[in-house]
Amino acid sequence: MSDSATRTAGRLAGQPAAALPLVRVGRSRGLVFWAGLLAAVVSLLSLMPLGFIAAETLAAGKDSIVELVFRPRVAELLVNTMQLMVISLPLCILLGVGTAWLTERSNLPGRRWWAMLAVAPLAIPAFVHSYAWISAAPSLHGLWAAVLLSVIAYSPFLYLPTAAALRRMDPALEDVAASLGHRPLAVFVKVVLPQLKLAILGGSLLVGLHLLAEYGLFAMIRFDTFTTAIFDQFQSSFSGAAANMLAGVLVLCCLLLLLGESALRGKARYARLGAGSARAQSRTQLGPVGALCGLSVCLVAAALSLGVPLWTLGKWLLAGGVEVWRNEWLWPALRQTLLLAGAGALITVAAALPAAWLSVRRPGKWQRLLESGNYVASALPGIVVALALVSIAIQWARPLYQTLATILLAYLMMFLPRALVSLRAGIAQAPVELENAAQSLGCPPARALWRTTLRLSAPAAAAGYAMVFLAIGNELTATLLLAPTGTRTLATGFWALTSEIDYAAAAPFALIMILLSLPLTALLHAQSRRSAGR
Amino acid sequence: MTFRLSSLAHATLVAALLSASGAALADIVVYNAQHESLAKEWVDGFTKETGIKVTLRNGSDSEMGNQIVQEGKNSPADVFLTENSPAMALVENAGLLAPVAADTLNQVEGPFRPGSGKWVGIAARSTVFVYSKSRLSPKELPTSLLDLAKPEWKGRWGASPSGADFQAIVSALLELKGEAATLEWLKAMKTNSVAYKGNSTVMKAVNAGQIDGGVIYHYYYFGDQAKTGENSKNTNLHYFGKQDPGAFLSVSAGGVLASSKHQQEGQAFLKWITGKGGQTVLRTGASYEYAVGKGAASNPKLVPIAKLDAPKVDPSRLNSRKVTELMIKAGLL
Repeated sequence: MSDSATRTAGRLAGQPAAALPLVRVGRSRGLVFWAGLLAAVVSLLSLMPLGFIAAETLAAGKDSIVELVFRPRVAELLVNTMQLMVISLPLCILLGVGTAWLTERSNLPGRRWWAMLAVAPLAIPAFVHSYAWISAAPSLHGLWAAVLLSVIAYSPFLYLPTAAALRRMDPALEDVAASLGHRPLAVFVKVVLPQLKLAILGGSLLVGLHLLAEYGLFAMIRFDTFTTAIFDQFQSSFSGAAANMLAGVLVLCCLLLLLGESALRGKARYARLGAGSARAQSRTQLGPVGALCGLSVCLVAAALSLGVPLWTLGKWLLAGGVEVWRNEWLWPALRQTLLLAGAGALITVAAALPAAWLSVRRPGKWQRLLESGNYVASALPGIVVALALVSIAIQWARPLYQTLATILLAYLMMFLPRALVSLRAGIAQAPVELENAAQSLGCPPARALWRTTLRLSAPAAAAGYAMVFLAIGNELTATLLLAPTGTRTLATGFWALTSEIDYAAAAPFALIMILLSLPLTALLHAQSRRSAGR
Repeated sequence: MTFRLSSLAHATLVAALLSASGAALADIVVYNAQHESLAKEWVDGFTKETGIKVTLRNGSDSEMGNQIVQEGKNSPADVFLTENSPAMALVENAGLLAPVAADTLNQVEGPFRPGSGKWVGIAARSTVFVYSKSRLSPKELPTSLLDLAKPEWKGRWGASPSGADFQAIVSALLELKGEAATLEWLKAMKTNSVAYKGNSTVMKAVNAGQIDGGVIYHYYYFGDQAKTGENSKNTNLHYFGKQDPGAFLSVSAGGVLASSKHQQEGQAFLKWITGKGGQTVLRTGASYEYAVGKGAASNPKLVPIAKLDAPKVDPSRLNSRKVTELMIKAGLL
């Protein structure tokens, strides 16, 4: 699902937080205690699915693990997953970094427009990309189709952080390399690329996690991954041992990705040293051939990632006419989507608050541990979270079963970091002195917090809210499994209709989802430019 | 305003009638694995006539059958409707079904209800081999479902193995030919067949000439023909007949859960579906499934049930868990 976009934003927005000097709050020990307690509860809740999968695996016993995990089907899924990763990731990096360089560091004609078009595919949920392609080319299936669609749908995750990093880079280093006799290409490889390492790694991690978690995109083009296989199992046996074992393997893959990324990060320094601010970068002057090549890369990418979806969608909307807008499920689905997303985002932002406040005002070993718990949890695919929650609710928390509370909890677990990174950046920008001053004037700590820091970080909270809101709006798997009886969102309605290959009737659902996602995409675009300080 | 008044009057009337028989008007929750469009037609007709509101929770057969079993005595469901009987048998074997009212059972033809009387057939669907007119001539067609395991069919046919429909067909195969033969057939299927998600998608692939044929149910073809035919115009249906496993006639089932607090309303719903109202929806609606009520005619476009020459299978003996297990063994799930 496009539950995605926002983690990127998080990475972008989160960066200034670390730079702030630590200032201890005065008399707010009580406040810190409560915030710590709340943050710990939220983190523990987030880790529940992981605990469930671990417990189920242990309970299943060795024999059933051997029977359900070490079988050819699992090997097949592993091979599929590996192939998908190994082929798609480099292509995403190539396209993302290439277009980022063209729009940020060359004099490509119309580069501001191309920059927008490079981010725009994010507004289209991944399964809508798939829908568009499958109805344009029905025979599309298997590994190469999966690679094509993954690159189209997910390369903005690499474009965004890379473009932002390119803008922040100090050109002095490149000048030094050039003055030492390096040719432009060598300068790029030896000086620019290493500085892009964090951006590329971060973006790749996001793409990797999405490749593991995505259901709709791959189900439609008949490419089996762990997530689609778990879903098949769920449909055949509800919550069964086989599904849980597959989920266990999938979780291991996700954790491996997380570990891999943090191992590769290293501890090198990337910030510039020296007085003053960095000089503006000079753009590489493309010759006519270079400009033509650059333009055609951007044009082809935009045609594939935007042209095809919009063209097919337009075709279906035209074919469906007024009739498809009269679908009696359409408007209730929009209403329910807004309701779920609205409530879910509110709860998620509120739950992120204690952890965000602590991470700025009282950073430390425990706080970091809690926070990393949240990130691990959000790396879990929606299908795993949903499967765990269904099973837990049905066995131990029956009053919560099939209620709004359970689905909102799932959203909270999946999307908490989006709210967290946004809030953290906002709180970090609110001077702690104001909070202290308010307290010294006799305000109790909680009220002081409310009247100063929280008020000042309201715009950040709103940004976090928007990101979670839109992530929920496009969520498919967890909603399919957990939604209360009678609930139908835009995503599940779209899915039900495309499963019956009623592509025309599905088109309005897709269009509304895209329109809802546009503001988020614009926000991400704006944020990536702002972090450049221009 | 007049409309609101009249519907209010209607509801009051029905409420009065029901309370006269000692029951209050309660809404019911139906776990529905049948096609949503068909269930919706039924629900609309039923609600219009009785005033009882029905909330549908949609899913697929085995998913919901297992879900009800896991929910046990506290299931939020009042009624369960399936596309195929194995999922209902699963719930029945867990002892979670209330007996179906005798007059409801009597409305339905004998072959479409189990001896136990715990559930009742609500519709039926026939297995077919949909094939591409341009890629297969009638004499090249398989004579039995079992033929599709032969090497010459490698890569030429498709199915939707994760779907309940196909799994019901496998359960019939299991009942007719035994476990060893079924597992062998499934293993051959893993090599020979192309796996799609959903029967419509299989038919679409056959129509587009991506594969020669596919194992699906009959009504996908008729439904598409009745619309634009764009996903079936290049295809034809082949009925295996001769009591072959591939001629399996699957019974869609309805049952009221023993745990339901709205027994009367649930039973009324089943009675309505299997009665004149519900069965007429099958004949005139867009579902193209077979009617199973006594004296109820199916859509005239369909091949009559009597001519299908389907194998005799006791629907309550179909074992969905074993099928899932065998399919996992064969690597299809």
